[in-house]
Amino acid sequence: MAGTLAEKVWQAHLVRRGTDGSPDLLYIDLHLVHEVTSPQAFEGLRLAGRPVRRPDLTLATEDHNTPTLDIDLPIADETSRKQIDTLRANAAEFGVRIHSLGDADQGIVHQVGPQLGLTQPGLTVVCGDSHTSTHGAFGALAFGIGTSEVEHVLATQTLPLAPFKTMAITVDGELPPGTTSKDIILAIIAKIGTGGGQGYVLEYRGEAIRKLSMEARMTICNMSIEAGARAGMIAPDETTFEYLKGRPHAPEGEDWDAAVEYWRTLRSDDDAEFDAEVVLEAADLEPFVTWGTNPGQGLPLSANVPVPSEIADANERVAAERALEYMGLEPGVPLRDVKVDTVFIGSCTNGRIEDLRSVAKVLKGREKAQDVRVLVVPASARVRLQAEAEGLDAIFKDFGAEWRNAGCSMCLGMNPDQLAPGERSASTSNRNFEGRQGKGGRTHLVSPLVAAATAIRGTLSSLADLDLPADVDLTTFDGSPLDGVGAPGFDGDAPAVVDLGLPVLSAGPQA
Amino acid sequence: MEKFTVHTGVGVPLRRSNVDTDQIIPAVYLKRITRTGFEDALFSAWRNDPSFVLNQDAYRAGSVLVAGPDFGTGSSREHAVWALKDYGFRVVLASRFADIFRGNSGKQGLVAGVVAQEDIELLWKILETKPGTEVTVDLVERTVHADDITVPFHVDDYTRWRLLEGLDDIGLTLQHEDEISAFEATRASWRPRTLPAKHLPTVEIEAARPAV
Repeated sequence: MAGTLAEKVWQAHLVRRGTDGSPDLLYIDLHLVHEVTSPQAFEGLRLAGRPVRRPDLTLATEDHNTPTLDIDLPIADETSRKQIDTLRANAAEFGVRIHSLGDADQGIVHQVGPQLGLTQPGLTVVCGDSHTSTHGAFGALAFGIGTSEVEHVLATQTLPLAPFKTMAITVDGELPPGTTSKDIILAIIAKIGTGGGQGYVLEYRGEAIRKLSMEARMTICNMSIEAGARAGMIAPDETTFEYLKGRPHAPEGEDWDAAVEYWRTLRSDDDAEFDAEVVLEAADLEPFVTWGTNPGQGLPLSANVPVPSEIADANERVAAERALEYMGLEPGVPLRDVKVDTVFIGSCTNGRIEDLRSVAKVLKGREKAQDVRVLVVPASARVRLQAEAEGLDAIFKDFGAEWRNAGCSMCLGMNPDQLAPGERSASTSNRNFEGRQGKGGRTHLVSPLVAAATAIRGTLSSLADLDLPADVDLTTFDGSPLDGVGAPGFDGDAPAVVDLGLPVLSAGPQA
Repeated sequence: MEKFTVHTGVGVPLRRSNVDTDQIIPAVYLKRITRTGFEDALFSAWRNDPSFVLNQDAYRAGSVLVAGPDFGTGSSREHAVWALKDYGFRVVLASRFADIFRGNSGKQGLVAGVVAQEDIELLWKILETKPGTEVTVDLVERTVHADDITVPFHVDDYTRWRLLEGLDDIGLTLQHEDEISAFEATRASWRPRTLPAKHLPTVEIEAARPAV
């Protein structure tokens, strides 16, 4: 029978098929662990006298509340320190590999897995973090789990799961200049809503997706959860194999050949049926920003802040009113006129080397807007090392940005990197929830290119707003292609304003 | 896990959609290493607002939360469920739940019941016009009763069974230990393992310092 990519991976991990309404039992190939959602799970094992079944399929790293400054000093915040210490003690007690602060392999868990070559096509990957969907960029079935499930996987290396539905999201055509994969996913979420993906695994496909680098694919899959989906996937291809080859845990020699042969089968069959389909034309996209307090409240940067009284749906109108009040925005004001205090470049969404390269390209030789704080936080220590080897850190520092150590940082403000009440950010992260980046903080989600242009102008901006935009050569950086950034060169013309008339076909009712 | 059959308690109307887990419990409270004691963190930003529903005497002792659509979106933090339970909630009713939140609830004995939005509106009306009204949630019959209305709610059969029996997932899975071992024996040898660890050469990481 014809199958989708998600169904094939599911079938290949079926330990036991559920009967009489009970869920299937799925084997888990890779379990990533961090300090925030694991302490209670290890405690549960200890109380029940259970070991970690497969330490060799488990990896821990410290990321959520680690500081990005003074990492060689004891962590100042006592509760953060205790949580980190607890993870280290648990890893030692249960024999789990850990990459701690200061280690070259430390970093955000969703960067560490891929960069070590542990994240591979066709795997099942879980982590006590909703952005585990990131790993789906490799054609893995990867999703976030709660702490009880973390304990379950530690104890059994399996999870009982009810089958997901499948949704195909096809992105045809080519991205216009100055747009990125972040704009694709923000546009998708604005279209299908924060609940549109509930119960689904999303599969991103189409010409625009095929052309994306692994980094850019990870950005898209990362934010699947913001559309309500637990997982997003992209079928592996030559780009995927190229990224993996030679990484520390990638298969070698004959194993590599066997793996690639299997990986090539990991695609939805031509006649596979999805439960829902969404089609999007990349050429219609332009830089996207959020104006509200959930990731679905987004618009093209050329638009104005919405006017709630013009919103027909009562629930949405109330939500928009509340969001605008929290965000301190006047209805009808052009988004381009919104002034920001902080620009945050980082996170598991956009803290990878390619993101830093594209930001550096824009910032190089330009001046920072006065009174804007710019934070650049690499997703992992290796990304930091790579950026420094390419001289990107010097560009950031010359510009007046702060160049930090790796971690989740201001994406969720568990460490000291937070917004003050009322402070406004343009952030390359994934969530604009109330208080997410600090109590009372106001977040606009943007792509790395929009973040960079905003850091220069001080208001939400795209490359088209810069003086001499043609000077920004987005094609190469030290000879490396800047994948994920639209079209070669940049002609300086502002992209046309388009209605994102993206139809949602038969997105079924919620279970 | 404690068994759940029927629960009666004060209903709390929360007229908000998209109540994400950062609203239910902000990240600053996630640094604790215990599984209990999160009651003070629940809806922490809103609790400072005197007009917030849980700050009104009639609702303070609430145990059945009636919320807007897309409750529990965002992060996977199970702390959101712990905080609701620690406060005293046994049931959350909404027309749509985020998948991870719903899963986490089921593991912790918190009933996340899906109720049609028009019935949520009816419940809101009752709870707002008669503050302190008790709501009865019957998991056996899958019904919600308040004042003069009784409406159905949905919880999948498996979760319902586990909640009714108070069963622990890990114990259930380990009954199939032989099948897990049999599956493991069939896995391709080239599948990645984290141990023994392989990585690029270790390099000293320079600590970033505060900007002066």
